[in-house]
Amino acid sequence: MNVLETDGEKLLVAVRDLLAAKGLVSSAEIAERIAITDAANPGRGARMVAKAWTDPSYRALMLSDGTRAAEALGIPMRGVAPLGVLENTDEVHNLVVCTLCSCYPRAVLGYPPFWFKSAAYRARAVRDPRGTIAEWGTVLPEGTKIRVVDSTADYRWMVIPRRPAGTDGWTEEQLAAIVREGDMIGVTVPVAGS
Amino acid sequence: MFPPGALVRVRNDWPETRGPVHIRTPHYLRGMPGRVVRLLGAYPNPEDLAFARPAATRALYHVAFDQPAVWQEGQGGDELLVELYEHWLEPVQ
Repeated sequence: MNVLETDGEKLLVAVRDLLAAKGLVSSAEIAERIAITDAANPGRGARMVAKAWTDPSYRALMLSDGTRAAEALGIPMRGVAPLGVLENTDEVHNLVVCTLCSCYPRAVLGYPPFWFKSAAYRARAVRDPRGTIAEWGTVLPEGTKIRVVDSTADYRWMVIPRRPAGTDGWTEEQLAAIVREGDMIGVTVPVAGS
Repeated sequence: MFPPGALVRVRNDWPETRGPVHIRTPHYLRGMPGRVVRLLGAYPNPEDLAFARPAATRALYHVAFDQPAVWQEGQGGDELLVELYEHWLEPVQ
């Protein structure tokens, strides 16, 4: 039988049991990794963004070393690919894609949304980024250029969106509540009261 | 080593036509001119890691490309920013 035609669940069990039989990975270690992966969610990235909006020194740390910035908020980054952070400004809007596969900053955003892994998003984001984000209703202001970040290698990338108008005086918790996963990929931008 | 701002070209090489490979350089950038933004670090070469071969450490760069020039469509000023290993980059005079 061709491995590509194998039932996925059976294949998973066979590989997992082989790894355990050879003493390469214990079932406890597998359970721990699954628990860590399941615990991650976009709320973590949103907390980082909210802190960056209110604390200039944290923003600077985030842009220079995303991994350390995540760890500073207690987000586990051990054994995780380095986190790179790019910031949206008046001049440039960042859009993250992985054209080769589905690299995604899972430690801070959780599981990728289904469309992030689709061939359609991966092919179109690099070729027609403005048309792609328009599918979410996102239209950039005149004069803002778009920078498509193709996540091809060892880093995982997230975006600090621009802080929306109408949020003066908001607490970090209030700010974090309006930051969605799409805002940190770059397909959408946060709005006050969304 | 390439300093920030260095003009480079992605090697116009297609190793996938010569046999089984694992490469992290997108096909749409082969042969394209770009500009080094910064050094991101050095990592074991994934082309060897994927086949469990001894993997030498390679410098990894963030390289910017003119997006409309790559696709012959789009809006002027838009760019692509891509992680590329040093052995895929050639200096441009």
